[in-house]
Amino acid sequence: MIEFQHVHKTYRVAGREIPALNPTSLTIEDGQVFGLIGHSGAGKSTMLRLINRLEEPSGGTIIVDGEDVTAFNANQLRGFRQQVGMIFQHFNLLASKTVADNVALPLTLAGGLSRSEIDKRVTELLARVGLSDHAKKYPAQLSGGQKQRVGIARALSTNPKILLCDEATSALDPQTTASVLQLLAEINRELKLTIVLITHEMDVIRRVCDRVAVMDAGQIVEQGSVADVFLHPQHPTTKRFVQEDEQVDEGEQRDDFAHVPGRIVRLTFQGEATYAPLLGTVARETGVDYSILAGRIDRIKDVPYGQLTLAVTGGDMEAAFDRFKAADVHMEVLR
Amino acid sequence: MDALNFFANVDWAEIWLATVDTMVMLFGSLFFTVLLGLPLGVLLFLCGPRQMFEQKGVYALLSLVVNILRSLPFIILLIVMIPFTVLITGTSLGVAGAIPPLVVGATPFFARLVETALREVDRGIIEATQSMGATTRQIITSALLPEARPGIFAAITVTAITLVSYTAMAGVVGAGGLGDLAIRFGYQRFQTDVMVVTVVLLLVLVQVLQSVGDKLVVHFSRK
Repeated sequence: MIEFQHVHKTYRVAGREIPALNPTSLTIEDGQVFGLIGHSGAGKSTMLRLINRLEEPSGGTIIVDGEDVTAFNANQLRGFRQQVGMIFQHFNLLASKTVADNVALPLTLAGGLSRSEIDKRVTELLARVGLSDHAKKYPAQLSGGQKQRVGIARALSTNPKILLCDEATSALDPQTTASVLQLLAEINRELKLTIVLITHEMDVIRRVCDRVAVMDAGQIVEQGSVADVFLHPQHPTTKRFVQEDEQVDEGEQRDDFAHVPGRIVRLTFQGEATYAPLLGTVARETGVDYSILAGRIDRIKDVPYGQLTLAVTGGDMEAAFDRFKAADVHMEVLR
Repeated sequence: MDALNFFANVDWAEIWLATVDTMVMLFGSLFFTVLLGLPLGVLLFLCGPRQMFEQKGVYALLSLVVNILRSLPFIILLIVMIPFTVLITGTSLGVAGAIPPLVVGATPFFARLVETALREVDRGIIEATQSMGATTRQIITSALLPEARPGIFAAITVTAITLVSYTAMAGVVGAGGLGDLAIRFGYQRFQTDVMVVTVVLLLVLVQVLQSVGDKLVVHFSRK
């Protein structure tokens, strides 16, 4: 478990104190994939680097598995860092070393393993990330996605309990992003590893995260399960992120629907409810008519969801709304 | 016949001796320059602005010493160093007398080049190595120096070539060498043939150094 207790951070730039993180408390449970989303400068990168103290906090405590990370001396900190893997946006692989030597680096630095034990571990790790054939290559000979896989193998080499991902997919194309995220989800599931990732893309959060915290101007403005935050965003920043992902503009939509008659409602289905034939049933029973104005059906991690915007006309509208509410469907009346 | 006459003044045994002297001075001083300059360069880098051990005072002091030594014309350094040279090698004359001033002249230059090469290493590499729990020594030996290796080889090449031109002045303390021959015979005695031979030999030396250096840089670039 990772706990932030009133942690804050200010930078001194040219004699002035610039706050990067306002006092923040946050708990990340073991085995979760926890996403921190925010625009650049929101403080998410600072938050991530405070966990392994690549950034020193200006105040507050960070507790990882019951131990106060902020109180570690240099030696303890090094031991702790060996238990925390980290991957980076620009991969940060050593260009002078082969793929195998890059993956072996954390183990050679930590010491304690023989050359043959290290070789065995490297072979295992490269097989896990699907790069067994590339052990002797240099990073410059790999594609972006392959480089990040090397980064992941390297981060996992010491069997860490926590994996920190610093915009790990931001430099990759959409297809490669999907495969790297899939690998991360797989690792989380199979190794029971806690993953903390930062990103500015809601899509990344939706695909792999269990919980999410939205950051804006050095603080967390909203947090919760990804489904809740994604489907029912409250804070303007969160709404903007969701809309960016959906590529819809609520204001524009409102104008488009201005001439549509009847009431406008938004229904959100989650899990099995997504597949239930609810709309037709309710329409038949209550005599309402509906047209679908906008909609999306997709998955949040492994859970299917649907969100439909309907214009409802005629029949017993109140009875229809009651039926929706009773059927495990979240309903918002927009107009 | 004319071609042979043209080289009438050239004493090939003397040329050979001078070549050996130049080589000994060059590689002897290059060895000590790298030995001293590499740690100095690393120190400059570490203490530099926004680096791991930012130390404004130490950096300013090192910088000043480096800059003073670099701004001193080598021929002056050669004379100024005489008492110190005697202290180290027991003589201020000949090849042995030339090596200490050559090292002192080239080390600050080389250290600066090493500092620059280290600065070229992506900061992300340092951060990644820190995140693995590396000690400072490990960061330097396992990440910084291997990553900067192409730059460091380029620095050694440039320094070697600079040393070749410095050795030409070492004749002042009687160190001999090709440059000394060129000055004493080629220039002062108007023996154009000696001048041509020595200059060609120096040119070949510089060419060889540059191409070997370039090969090493490419080999270690891995790009």
